[in-house]
Amino acid sequence: MATQAQPAAPAVRKKTTGRQRNSMHDGFLRHRNFRWMKIATVLSITCLVSYFLVDVQPRHNGGSWYGYTLGTIGALLILWLTCLGLRKRAITPGGWSLKAWTSAHVYLGLSLIVIGTLHTGFQLGWNVHTLAWSLMMIVIISGIFGIYFYATLPDNLSNNRADSDGAVTERMMIEQLRSLDRQLHDAAQPLDPAQAALVQASLEQDPFDGNFFQRIGNSYRGCETRAAIAELRRMRAYQPRMGDDPLDKVDGLLQRKESTLARLRKHLQIKSMLQVWLFVHVPMTFALLAALSAHIFSVFFYW
Amino acid sequence: MSEIFRVAIIGSGPAGKSAAGRAASLGLSHILLEKTDHLSDTIYKYQKGKHVMATPSQLVLRSDQEFEAGKREAILENWNQRTKELGVNVKFNAEAKAIRGTGPAIEGSVHVIEMRGRDGTITKKEIQRYAPPYEIELTNGEKIMAENVVFAIGTQGNPNRMRCPGGDLPHVQYQLDDPTEYVDEHIVVIGAGDAGIENARGLAEDAAQGNVVTIVSRGPEAPSPKESFPTAKEANALALLGDRNAGKLFIRFETDTASVEPGWITFSTRDGEERVRCDRIIARIGSAPPRAFIEECGIAFTSADRLAFPQLSPVFESTAPGIFVIGALAGYPLIKHCMNQGYDVIEFINGNTELKPADEPILEAKFRDLPGRKSVAEWLDLLRENVTILNGMNPLQMREFMLDSDAKFYRKGDVIFERAAPGSSLFAIAQGSVAVQIDPSDTSKIVPIGQGSIFGEVGLISGRRRGATVVAAEDTICVEISRNAALKLQSQVPTAKKAIERISTERLLLQMFGSGLKPDDIAEVVETSKIRQVKPGEAILKEGDEGNEIYVIRVGSMIVEKEIGGKPVFLSYLPAGSYVGEMALIAGGRRTATVKAAIKSEVIRIDGDAFKKVLEANPELLKRAKRDMASRQDINAFIEAKKDSFSGVVDMYSGVANFLVENGIGEATDVLLIDESLCVGCDNCEKACADSHDGLSRLDREAGRSYAHLHVPTSCRHCEHPHCMADCPPNAINRGPDGEVYINDTCIGCGNCQRNCPYGVIRMDKVPPKKPSLLSWLFFGFGPGPGEPSKKWAYANSDPGVEKPKKAIKCDMCAGIEGGPSCVRACPTGAAIRVAPDEFLTVARLEQEEA
Repeated sequence: MATQAQPAAPAVRKKTTGRQRNSMHDGFLRHRNFRWMKIATVLSITCLVSYFLVDVQPRHNGGSWYGYTLGTIGALLILWLTCLGLRKRAITPGGWSLKAWTSAHVYLGLSLIVIGTLHTGFQLGWNVHTLAWSLMMIVIISGIFGIYFYATLPDNLSNNRADSDGAVTERMMIEQLRSLDRQLHDAAQPLDPAQAALVQASLEQDPFDGNFFQRIGNSYRGCETRAAIAELRRMRAYQPRMGDDPLDKVDGLLQRKESTLARLRKHLQIKSMLQVWLFVHVPMTFALLAALSAHIFSVFFYW
Repeated sequence: MSEIFRVAIIGSGPAGKSAAGRAASLGLSHILLEKTDHLSDTIYKYQKGKHVMATPSQLVLRSDQEFEAGKREAILENWNQRTKELGVNVKFNAEAKAIRGTGPAIEGSVHVIEMRGRDGTITKKEIQRYAPPYEIELTNGEKIMAENVVFAIGTQGNPNRMRCPGGDLPHVQYQLDDPTEYVDEHIVVIGAGDAGIENARGLAEDAAQGNVVTIVSRGPEAPSPKESFPTAKEANALALLGDRNAGKLFIRFETDTASVEPGWITFSTRDGEERVRCDRIIARIGSAPPRAFIEECGIAFTSADRLAFPQLSPVFESTAPGIFVIGALAGYPLIKHCMNQGYDVIEFINGNTELKPADEPILEAKFRDLPGRKSVAEWLDLLRENVTILNGMNPLQMREFMLDSDAKFYRKGDVIFERAAPGSSLFAIAQGSVAVQIDPSDTSKIVPIGQGSIFGEVGLISGRRRGATVVAAEDTICVEISRNAALKLQSQVPTAKKAIERISTERLLLQMFGSGLKPDDIAEVVETSKIRQVKPGEAILKEGDEGNEIYVIRVGSMIVEKEIGGKPVFLSYLPAGSYVGEMALIAGGRRTATVKAAIKSEVIRIDGDAFKKVLEANPELLKRAKRDMASRQDINAFIEAKKDSFSGVVDMYSGVANFLVENGIGEATDVLLIDESLCVGCDNCEKACADSHDGLSRLDREAGRSYAHLHVPTSCRHCEHPHCMADCPPNAINRGPDGEVYINDTCIGCGNCQRNCPYGVIRMDKVPPKKPSLLSWLFFGFGPGPGEPSKKWAYANSDPGVEKPKKAIKCDMCAGIEGGPSCVRACPTGAAIRVAPDEFLTVARLEQEEA
């Protein structure tokens, strides 16, 4: 134990237990050399093989001892997978790692496709039981989208905000826009009313307006800045060129604003994509929990 | 002539006021002279509503005045009240101009003042000291006689005045109490130091005030903020430029003031003179400590250094008999210290020789657990006599020194510290001896260190972890000297500095080369070695140069580069405690690579020929050195080979390494990095940080720089020699057992650390109120949810009766929390990692990346 000079320290500090420092790192998919992928694969194969080995009469169904076993495993898994939301937010002491949880969540969640489907014995119909199965599948499929986004988008997010001297943050992009707007406002003073109106329209447009689809599709048809650039250039084409044209400055500023806007919009698009699947995944999980409760309740009620 | 006071106290700050209070309650005839028309001008001038802290908290306050932490207004009110109650004889608007002894000349007591002119010439002036009573001449011509004089005037000094025509007009002011006081004015701030920048920014902060603020700097604008404002802290310079870019204020470079007239100011600029509207001038062009005045009174200082303090006896008496110096001017800037000294000095003047200093109980507590019943004074003497590096101290310095240090008793066999434990303190052996276990695998291999010597100096100098386990060889008393105390000791006692340097060089060499070397073997090497400072980026070795010196990195770190295909390629990172240059010495030939400092460093330059002799005499060592050399050559060869086949990978490795070094990783011990190819931007790391630490996040994930998907967020790097520790009045920043640099509860919220941190990772904030539990948020929507609550919520939910002070907040690496840093644990994708540079910047990564 180190003896450390702490003349004014109110309490003696102790070495922290369970602390790890690791220079070699891997992402949640590769965590510990695909440990959870291996576990999930073994689990799925075991279920598949046993499905064919166990002879249930008259045919495989959720009500046999084998069906109940798979159902129990599946239900417990669903409950545990739901707990990720809690784990993520409860920052308790201890040797847990959210990355390991995510890794397990992903692979065990995928193995539910096998477990849940075998549990049905392929007896699907228009009832609450199949509803639970379908909701589960929706949750899993939305999760697969999530994995895809998580695996592919961070690079783009990082590239988009990369800059020659470091990285631009979202707040800095907004600040840049504000500063450009201020400069535009000043630079547009000498313009004639028709031209000034175009700049004014660009200033007045809230860069964050537009609906969800515009944001995620990164298509802003009614962008006043773009319109102003085009229109001002068209107007200028008919004007005689003179030195010191205030339009030059305005044009330059508008172009800078447009490229800043483009970057911010791309940033928001990627951020939305990283979140959008959760808008299906999470509510459907709760619907699944409700349907699952109804499913289990009805099974035992009508036993 | 009027009455002769027993004591005259100059300055009514905490020290002077406390002294006057004591004199009044003892019934001593006294007078308290205050230059302004109110008491305690320094604190009076604090910004309105400032929370004044009472530190160090363990120090007992001994004064007739009262003091506890609180708002400026309440404290001043209390002091005024108490001063009245005690019946202190105060004389306001009384500024001392000269102090002369009126008694007979003191034989042989001549004070020599050295004055350094601007051109570097030194003129000497001799002052004959005269015995008391002293005649104090005031600026208004009045004269006051006193047997004793107590200087309690602080170090604030007098602001430098504007010397251009009109500089004495009433709208020229030298301080700014409340920036919100002024509206719709044209204000010029002169001087772009910290004070000027803070004032200008304060005046321009709220656009609604409508002030037009211009700050004037003599120097030209440079590409970097630091160079544009050389006298200001970088954070201030950056903020000022930011404000200018935001259009809040104007900065004029290369500008001087030519003249001032009501409503206008004339600048002289590079392009000629310019007359500008100006309703108010705030001149912040520095202040001079009142040293000249003090020296004229016959008081000698410890050195010619600008920051030196007067020479004082244990009872605060200066070299002029009957003149005492206390408070900030004596080197004690904290209010409690000042007040205690005010009390003590009057007791001494009153003939109380039995008075123990107020720090006696603290020191008693430090010595309580040592064997043998000795008084504090006896212990101090014993330590001073037995420990070589402490020999040169006087008793007062020794007391001060021990306040920052600890005396510890170890039984035979007790472990004093373990190998690889973090620690930056120095140990000195006052009694007994210790054994250093040099081989971690064999505890029987030891090197003894005897009484009077020191150990642990490697941690002190390099900031690295302990190199070996040290156990007590017999019952031993050690002094553990904190890093701050050790640095102070070295600057106060030059012999101590020399001794520490010699021992550390010798030990560093012995430890590095091992192989049964004895101190005698390397005596010549140590003798001929030189310690050299290296600036960041400066090369100590250049590829292709001649030379056979060996360099040992003592402080800081170095990077090794080799030119391959016309481009410098990063080869390796060398932390303190490694050596370079052996290849040219052993194998001959020219230098094979360039070695340059990653950060400000110190190297020991070892003469090649002297070292060669040692190598020849020790075949074991030569073998080892050759082995080390071979492994380095392997790395070089590996990278050169790879450079052909995997050029891109090597460039990337080199680029990443350089990027990290540029971002301060070279001085980091443990840093948070984010792999942006995995980061989904969920900010769960920030939320986890806030939830593990009173609801305040200590990291900003998005901010900071990136290179090739590797991001260095704004978060503490736990530097080897933390910049934040450099100037912490209550000494609240320390290094903990996990190597973390943390701020303890004694923080007074002064903000020095925030300004000193080059990476901007320290924030000043109040702890928000406690949030409802996670489950009640999840199920019932109570509270703001995970993460740092919004300012609005914190404001609405805080107890209005309790005012919480703003304190400095920074990463403490989640020390004490099982599982370690929560930012890493809470990352869902594994993007957040914490690394040490020497582990991270290795060629092993290159091999892994290739795989």
